Amino acid sequence: MTNEIVYVDNNATTCVAPEVFAAMQPFLTEYYGNPSSVYPFSGPAAKAIEQARVSLAALVGATTEEIIFTSCGSESDSTAIMSALATQAGRRKILTTMVEHPAVLNVCRNLQKQGIHVDYLRVDSQGRIDLDEARALISSDTALVTVMFANNEIGNLYPVWELAEMAHAKGALFHTDAVQAVGKIPINLSGSAIDFLSLSGHKLHAPKGIGALYRRRFVPFAPFLAGGHQEHGQRAGTENVAGIAALGKAAELAQQHLAAEAVQLAALRDRLQAGLLASCPDAMVNGDLQHRLPNTLNICFKYIEGEAILLRLYQAGKICASSGSACTTGSLEPSHVLRAMGLDYQALHGSIRFSFSRYNTDQDVELILAVMPGIVKALRELSPFGRN
Amino acid sequence: MWNYSEKVMDHFLNPRNVGEIVAADGVGEVGNIVCGDAMKLYIKLSADKQHIDQVGFQTFGCASAIASASALTEMLRGKSLAEAAALTNQDIAHYLGELPEEKMHCSVMGMEAFQAAMHDIRKKHPELNLPGGENDLTGEDRIVCQCFSISERKIKEVVQQNHLTTVEHVTHYCKAGGGCGGCKGEIQSILDKLNGSAAAASPAAARPAPGAPLTNLQKMKLVQETFDEVIRPGLMKDGGDAELVDIDGDTVYVRLQGRCASCPSATQTLKHWVEAKLRELVSTALAVEEVKG
Ligand SMILES: Cc1ncc(COP(=O)(O)O)c(C=O)c1O
Repeated sequence: MTNEIVYVDNNATTCVAPEVFAAMQPFLTEYYGNPSSVYPFSGPAAKAIEQARVSLAALVGATTEEIIFTSCGSESDSTAIMSALATQAGRRKILTTMVEHPAVLNVCRNLQKQGIHVDYLRVDSQGRIDLDEARALISSDTALVTVMFANNEIGNLYPVWELAEMAHAKGALFHTDAVQAVGKIPINLSGSAIDFLSLSGHKLHAPKGIGALYRRRFVPFAPFLAGGHQEHGQRAGTENVAGIAALGKAAELAQQHLAAEAVQLAALRDRLQAGLLASCPDAMVNGDLQHRLPNTLNICFKYIEGEAILLRLYQAGKICASSGSACTTGSLEPSHVLRAMGLDYQALHGSIRFSFSRYNTDQDVELILAVMPGIVKALRELSPFGRN
Repeated sequence: MWNYSEKVMDHFLNPRNVGEIVAADGVGEVGNIVCGDAMKLYIKLSADKQHIDQVGFQTFGCASAIASASALTEMLRGKSLAEAAALTNQDIAHYLGELPEEKMHCSVMGMEAFQAAMHDIRKKHPELNLPGGENDLTGEDRIVCQCFSISERKIKEVVQQNHLTTVEHVTHYCKAGGGCGGCKGEIQSILDKLNGSAAAASPAAARPAPGAPLTNLQKMKLVQETFDEVIRPGLMKDGGDAELVDIDGDTVYVRLQGRCASCPSATQTLKHWVEAKLRELVSTALAVEEVKG
């Protein structure tokens, strides 16, 4: 069944790599001991955690004591934001962007209700922020600047290194949600001004429900979950040993393949992009084409609606993609990212995101290119718009 | 993932009666591209103008919008005008074997397009003397939801035909209130008027729109939530704390703790901050009383 699926929604989640599955399995079966226990039976579990920490630290250019395992990307985001506020009681402001993932945006909205002042950086029509605007909004009151490394919907990369320096210049901390970036592009945190970085296993071929937070050495920290002394007292809760082992293996694989993969994914993406633009009239690519994840294509087809396109794609070839249209989520508002970019409503509802992984092939692209023009044409024939 | 019935998928993938009818007797156009769905319905009457002879449609929207439009055209074909006038959005949903709750507005859009087309027929064929069609823009045809252009008449209609009890339901069925949310209070009052107090007492109405009238139970829950989520964290920032002792009608009894308890400006804190927060977030009718010791 899954063999027939053409899965091009890897920014939503990824499949667990076979090597990763093999690496985690022993900790679900044989070595189920609690890593905190004293007897040797728990040794392999404790060792697996430390080995995973080494692999993950290597992937992002960190040291092992800078890695805290969490339950997901969202927990890492919350932890960083709440910690920055808790450790800097005098600073009551946060600077972020309008295009963050809800894991950051909704935390900020909640904090506003509690009297924290939050500024949201605007974006231009390509989803880019303005560094001068950022500079003007960071003050001696700012506790945290939090800007995502890569956007999940359009794939844009943000100038996090510069922003981190800017935050430090005013004594503020800097956090980046790198859930979409880790494993897809090289990241080297050593010597950087980034204080916190969030990542999530299920975006790089580890399972759902495992994440990590990088905390730069010596940056003041307040745990989000209080309780046991796990993770050196930084995150309570008996470790998800299998998940951690999986994330370690996934990090290892990413590091091995990253350079070659980035080229391969960009080639697939660029072929799909060129092919769709050539074969579908009134289509337009969203995002910053110069600074984009290699695996992501967000493209809109005017005059038709995203959910209808997605269901037709599945019908035509079990193609799994996603859309920023309102109808796909059950909310009545289309994507906050595309709206922040000021996209025309003709285009807003018809946006489709294709996101690749190392398991995609040329044939996947061929299939999409073979069916898409017909789908667009059929739906446009139904549509009252786009004709004179 | 939406769970669409086979019939919905069939009408979505193989829509019936697609396209424009050039010499139509009536054309109805509803929705617009900003809202994310829109529909144009064309009706051609029989020679004696008593029956619907041909129907055509164009739809911009999701699978259920397309399926609802297609289903509607099948249901209308061959019907007398009187029979057609009796159709409701529920009939469309039943014809399709149910739509997800959040997608009911698609069936409502079909009915709106039909009503707009009937209006056009009345205009084009005054000799037929068709009943209905008075539009009164100051009364029930006044727009309540500005974001999605939904009139009071439309809201009343979906509430009555679908036995809706909450603002959230109304949003699922006709989108009203789903944009900026500024009209939620007004939708609640329309609901209250139509349903009497029955709706307000329903547990599904637990989190009402801001400004909407509250039941005692809702009020107590909201006060408790606001107290835990806003007021205590606010006081704790300054080393203080407080305990919610009781709620009696519109009076909230609070005991200050921590640094607040010994603070000379405690009454100020209570009146100015705690009461203001509760009034802002729960109800303007609330008053706070301090419980000493
Ligand atoms: C940019 C970004 N941040 C955070 C998250 C949340 O990660 P998780 O699902 O692990 O909580 C996601 C995943 O959807 C994401 O794309």
